[in-house]
Amino acid sequence: MKLLLTGGRIIDPSQNVDAQMDLMIENGKIVKIGKGIHKPGNASWKSSAGEITVIDVRGMAIVPGLIDIHTHLREPGFEYRETIQTGSAAAATGGFTSIACMPNTKPVNDTRSVTEYIKKKAVSCNIVNVYPIAAISVGSEGTTMTEFRDLQDAGAVAFSDDGKPVTDSALMRSALEYASSFYMPIISHCEDLHLSAGGSMNEGFVSTELGLQGIPAIAEETMIARDIIIAEYTKTILHIAHVSTAGAVRLIRDAKERGVKVTAETAPHYFTLTDEALREFDTYAKVNPPLRTDRDVIALKEGLKDGTIDAIASDHAPHASTDKEVEFEYAASGMTGLETSLGLSMKLVHEGILTMKGLILTMSTNPAGILKLPKGNLKIGSDADVTVIDLDKTWLLDRNSMRSKGKNTPFHGWTFTGKAVMTIVGGDIKYRELP
Amino acid sequence: MEQKKVVMDTDGIDRSLTRIAYEILERNKGTEELCLVGIRTGGVYLAERLKQKIRRLEGIDIPLGILDITLYRDDLRHSDKKPILAKTDIPFSLDDKKVVLVDDVLFTGRTIRAAMDALIDFGRPKLIQLAVLIDRGHRELPIRADFVGKNLPSSLWESVVVKLTEKNGIDEVVIQEDTQ
Amino acid sequence: MKLARKDILGIKDLSIDEINLILNTADSFIEVSTREIKKVPTLRGKTIVNLFFEASTRTRTSFEIAGKRLSADTINISASTRSVVKGETLIDTARNLEAMNPDAIVIRHSAAGAPHMLARMVKQSIINAGDGAHEHPTQALLDMMTIKEKKGKIAGLKVAIVGDIAHSRVARSNIYGLIKMGAHVIVAGPAMMLPRDIEHMGVTVHDNLEKAIRDVDIIMMLRIQLERQQQKLFPSLREYSNYFCLNRQNITLAKDDVLVMHPGPINRGIEISPDIADGPYSVILDQVTNGVAVRMALLYLLIGGKQ
Repeated sequence: MKLLLTGGRIIDPSQNVDAQMDLMIENGKIVKIGKGIHKPGNASWKSSAGEITVIDVRGMAIVPGLIDIHTHLREPGFEYRETIQTGSAAAATGGFTSIACMPNTKPVNDTRSVTEYIKKKAVSCNIVNVYPIAAISVGSEGTTMTEFRDLQDAGAVAFSDDGKPVTDSALMRSALEYASSFYMPIISHCEDLHLSAGGSMNEGFVSTELGLQGIPAIAEETMIARDIIIAEYTKTILHIAHVSTAGAVRLIRDAKERGVKVTAETAPHYFTLTDEALREFDTYAKVNPPLRTDRDVIALKEGLKDGTIDAIASDHAPHASTDKEVEFEYAASGMTGLETSLGLSMKLVHEGILTMKGLILTMSTNPAGILKLPKGNLKIGSDADVTVIDLDKTWLLDRNSMRSKGKNTPFHGWTFTGKAVMTIVGGDIKYRELP
Repeated sequence: MEQKKVVMDTDGIDRSLTRIAYEILERNKGTEELCLVGIRTGGVYLAERLKQKIRRLEGIDIPLGILDITLYRDDLRHSDKKPILAKTDIPFSLDDKKVVLVDDVLFTGRTIRAAMDALIDFGRPKLIQLAVLIDRGHRELPIRADFVGKNLPSSLWESVVVKLTEKNGIDEVVIQEDTQ
Repeated sequence: MKLARKDILGIKDLSIDEINLILNTADSFIEVSTREIKKVPTLRGKTIVNLFFEASTRTRTSFEIAGKRLSADTINISASTRSVVKGETLIDTARNLEAMNPDAIVIRHSAAGAPHMLARMVKQSIINAGDGAHEHPTQALLDMMTIKEKKGKIAGLKVAIVGDIAHSRVARSNIYGLIKMGAHVIVAGPAMMLPRDIEHMGVTVHDNLEKAIRDVDIIMMLRIQLERQQQKLFPSLREYSNYFCLNRQNITLAKDDVLVMHPGPINRGIEISPDIADGPYSVILDQVTNGVAVRMALLYLLIGGKQ
């Protein structure tokens, strides 16, 4: 089985390529890239190697499959919110070929058996590559470390207590040192729980007007500062999850300049919305860390532009309506992201913040690098994980037609330009809306 | 074309009020226990004028109250328009008083029904009488006036407007075709 | 002019004309409460539900009296007897209430925005009787009514609001209202009780009582809540009252004809000394009287006519 994509704009930051070419896939691998592989006029033709399916993608971008390193698939334990099946389908619809899922399931992914369960379930779903992230501490309770080596052996690609910070600095130090000894990243959810206690939105003028307890930027920044200091001292690998503040961007930029091995991600909603979105107490826009201010949005965009922020991750957090249709301060935090991440991030290209190459760097190449996945490029011989993006396609988001079980998005009714129209995983088309 | 006709002028209004003042005194045999309650807004000015006339005739100041009947209207539930509520001010007890209610125009009788309900909430008057400047007919309730300035037969498509110097700068009663 | 809205959720949404209409209507309602028969038939056959998720004797009673004096049937549902403890959500409660077809729902809730959520879900008029630290519109209206009654105006007056501004819905609603009506508002409290960026609401901010009340026409003292001590908002009641209690000495800094207000219930000797609370400057009981009139006015203006 061969697949030939013809006439597309191939964008691959790993090879510094942005040019119109054809791309040939065979046996799940990329086998050929170049101009004129295609003989015009033939929808499919016999070559010496057998039948070739030809898909004309003229005017569209062919990019390394998008990789989301921060999702919540909710299985096992919270299948009413999402399953590995529905989450994977949502990922493919959004153009993602690989996703990494956080361990805050029930039970928490803190043992080999849970990691293996997720892997096995994902393989049987056979949609996208699913990479489990295992917990740093048993039950993510912040006291005892999990069995990192065993979890790595079972398939975990990183460690995180996401949803909760590691409040014990000594535990954080040990985790960083141990994980780095076999080149595994620690993904840190940075939040000082004393500073954020009782808060449900960003602390600032809007929270003051709404009378809601605020989560100050310093709750995030003090913890990032601590983690950077520990990583710097121990010369370990640290990844900061969901960066949301201007101060955090500055801390990370400074650390990188000093040579600290720190990487960082932000999520599309942090550079798209501000706390003004909560004026009507819209629980769909309630996330943790919270939506910040214009000043923070500008700083995040600068951070993406200058490479301080390495990756865009969705922090896809599906919830059931019962989690959200309650009083604002009781509502669960999080929004779905797999199906809106690319559309929202494309706005950065339209605004001139990122080039297409820069966008693919933050949504595929860098995410692969952070998790040390052999993905995120279109090099010959690589796995044929490929996303085709119609850069001009204008579309309207209807939450009710999303693949994810979670309909919790504040972007319902928004119009986007640029959409993944074909998602190829290991050479197989998993999502297609091409004519 | 709007038809407009002045049916009473300054002198006409004054003569009617003078006559009504005499009639009130005659019917009630003086001013003992007598009080006036004007219905907002036109009735208040007329009641005030009657009070002055009675003082001139008898040398006595009789108590005057102001009644806003908004809260007692029977059409609140059926009307989109919410009337502005104004103050009621009856600074004396109505118990065992002879109350003369004063209004400008007597029409369906519904305003007077509301006013009587309100008065009863304030106490138990010995009797209630009604004085109006104009009775234009078309009653919808069994109510009649004790003292009438002028009976003015009118059609339902006409409106009767009492203009008073205190609020309109002129004293006159006009009958006109309803523009609606 | 009529009040062309379904709900009263906050002072922030009200126009100056609407505030004036409410205050003038309330002024006319004062007289009803002084009658021997304190009842008018205006809302006969209407049903008002007082849905209180947070204990409040005075606000609930005030709404109940207001409804009853207008001849409405009032039903009180309080958190202690409510199904919320059984896990029923606000949405379920609202839909159930809606099915019973009341005309207005008065809601008090500890969560900011709960009345807004209710208002979006049900067709009935919603009156916010206090939501978290967000708004308490009827309190601000009765405060403005009291100021107008005693001072003849609001515009141009200097009003100091003192206490735990961060957690006070009374402060927020009054800030919105008083500024709209042209007053100069000063807020004061220990630094930890002054919420971030509060100055952007158009107020002058002080962390010192004496500075805040100098030459003011009105002082509004807020109730200090003991449980805030755990939230690191003040060291002790003793320390708080030493520096933020309004007393006979510091009140002399204000204008000679200063009015002292308090939304109640008072912690005597903590935020306000007993002689001041009961003294000649105090209009605290007038506030309570006006509260009934303001709530009658709102009920009349919202559900008095055709729905």
